[in-house]
Amino acid sequence: MDNRNVRFIEGNEAVVEGAIAAGVRFFAGYPITPATEIAERMSYRMPQEGGTYLQMEDEIASLSAVIGASVGGVKAMDATSGPGISLKNETLGFAIATEVPCVIVNVQRTGPGIGSVTMAQQDLMQARWGSHGDYTLITMAPASVQECYDLTIRAVNLSERFRIPVILLLDTFLGHLSERVVLDPPLEIITRPKPEVDPEDYLTFDAEGTDIPAMADFGGPYRSKIIGNMHTKAGGYTRDPEIFESLITHWRDKVLSRKAEYTDIERVMLEDARVAVVTWGSTTRSVKKAIRMARAEGIRVGLFRPRTVWPFPEQEISELSESVDHMVVPEMNLGQMLVEVERWSRSRCGIHPVNQVSGEAILPDRILEKIKEVA
Amino acid sequence: MVTIPKKPAPVRHGKVTINEKWCKRCGICVEFCAEKVFERHEIGRPVPVKQKNCRVCRMCEVYCPEFAIIVDEVEES
Amino acid sequence: MARLKAHREMLDKYLTTDNLPTAWCPGCGCGIVAQALVRAMDGTGIDPDKFAFVTGIGCNGFIPRYFRFNELHVLHGRAPGYATGLKMARPDLTVITIQGDGDLAAIGGNHFIHAARRNIDITTIVSNNFIFGRTGGQYGPTTFYQDRASTAPYGMPERPFDLCRLGEAAGATFVARGTVYGVVRLIDILQKAILHKGFSLVEAITPCPTSYGRRNPEKAGTSGSEMIKWIRENSISLSKANRMRPADIEGKIITGIFAEKNEPECTDEYEKIRQKARAGLSSV
Repeated sequence: MDNRNVRFIEGNEAVVEGAIAAGVRFFAGYPITPATEIAERMSYRMPQEGGTYLQMEDEIASLSAVIGASVGGVKAMDATSGPGISLKNETLGFAIATEVPCVIVNVQRTGPGIGSVTMAQQDLMQARWGSHGDYTLITMAPASVQECYDLTIRAVNLSERFRIPVILLLDTFLGHLSERVVLDPPLEIITRPKPEVDPEDYLTFDAEGTDIPAMADFGGPYRSKIIGNMHTKAGGYTRDPEIFESLITHWRDKVLSRKAEYTDIERVMLEDARVAVVTWGSTTRSVKKAIRMARAEGIRVGLFRPRTVWPFPEQEISELSESVDHMVVPEMNLGQMLVEVERWSRSRCGIHPVNQVSGEAILPDRILEKIKEVA
Repeated sequence: MVTIPKKPAPVRHGKVTINEKWCKRCGICVEFCAEKVFERHEIGRPVPVKQKNCRVCRMCEVYCPEFAIIVDEVEES
Repeated sequence: MARLKAHREMLDKYLTTDNLPTAWCPGCGCGIVAQALVRAMDGTGIDPDKFAFVTGIGCNGFIPRYFRFNELHVLHGRAPGYATGLKMARPDLTVITIQGDGDLAAIGGNHFIHAARRNIDITTIVSNNFIFGRTGGQYGPTTFYQDRASTAPYGMPERPFDLCRLGEAAGATFVARGTVYGVVRLIDILQKAILHKGFSLVEAITPCPTSYGRRNPEKAGTSGSEMIKWIRENSISLSKANRMRPADIEGKIITGIFAEKNEPECTDEYEKIRQKARAGLSSV
């Protein structure tokens, strides 16, 4: 008899439990459908764990409070939907520029504008390019409630490891889907590196290139000068062109130099495949059914599904494009991961999107039809 | 009726130093010194020509926006 | 009234000289606010490592740059949000925000009133120079009616906020206004504000000769010292103002402590929530 912690809960709740398991003890949010359950569940669970739930006056204030808490040394999370990410983007950029770890959950809905609270995957590019400025971050997209738990833990760990904001992309459907989840304790819990030098020698941003700087908590004995402007290692203001080049590339290189730590791809039946279906998030569920149906008809088709969607697995897609004849790319948007797939396949294989923005899931039959069409 | 004269409060004396590298010649110290210790010289540079008037009130220290004035209390010479 | 502390002592304890001379214009009031603040902080006896500055965008946001304190320099208007998160996560810290009038009351208005409503135990210092100084002198929510500004070449057509009334109405439990002219009183106000348990608002009236003074020369003068004289001539203490007719105090700067109350504070209230949660008491 399995005595692990087995529950039947919805995606939004699994995110909360994953965050708590990874050490998150601060949540600030603002209600927005379809993410509100995360806030509600956090308001109940955070104080039980000795943590804090803050309902802030708006989306921007909630991410601001999360960053404030993280600077104080407490792992922190925010949850919203697409409109909230739009509001938070300046603050997200601030977290990049100050290298403050935090996790932001986007339970996607149809947009733009007020849109509708229906299933969509329209915020992939927003997750990558939403803020102004040039930067890199990590974004992950679960496809099951179990992954809502597991990938939240991973998101918290990676945000602490790389000292960046990490975005977790769910959607209306997955957030409210109830499935069996096993709430195993995490295999590892990562916390931002702490300084080991003498307080007199501590520099707030003591890193360049691919280094990840140590982060002292406010309150002594280390003194931090965390400023959102272009800064020196000491946290001073600067206009030095060499520092600009060095700092902006550092923010990118500290992440990109550690590919093995964040790359996460699900591959199903790709070994002998002539057609690969490349997708992400909830659409994966329909794809898996479609692939089984296609295989039953003798079509050699497999699944390539990044769980870490940013940075995009360029090399892996590039290699895949050499071994298959076609890629089918179903997404609930007008073609966002498609752009990256086309770019890195470089016309080595056929690329066939299946796009749908109706607010309803892409059903397996539609994907099967496209597979059969190209196979 | 005999009046006993009160002992007068001791008069304090100060020596004013201005950090020339930080001073921006704004003239606030000149304007607000109650004892008129300062004069404005070239380009508004404040000079404590009447040091002996300084009573160590320290208002110039706190009024200087550039942290440039230091008043040290000295013995009466 | 206590004697002012020796500046040499303040410099030794708190000033970091790497970034001096300051980035401020000659005659800017930011430095005087900084002087008052450091003396007030020293007077509280709080361990300097336990102070945390959260500063907004504006020339006053540079104040902690010259001192040995922990500092988080954040986005325009958002300081109260960061400060609230920091204080809730670390109630052991003494959190002080420094914001300009535009930072606090234009873009930051919503965050300001909610921090006041929550009565979160932070101190917000608003450096009010009646203008958006840093960006070159545009009018802001505290610019006086008919003042000239870079975006009000024909005169400001709107009314200003009274920041202290706004803060008090929103629930701030310590509300005070001082000026850089009345700097000794300002030190006292700041010290009380920092020690006050609850949301403290201190409005510090300060001159901006470059952006405000130059465009309103006949009103306020064009140099720091002229503007400080203008502030002196137009300030009235609260006790005196209460005995005067409204027409006579129209457009004047009223100084003093407007509110000093003890009310439930946010971090304390949330600790009660944690106790309830641990005891299994909820309505869920």
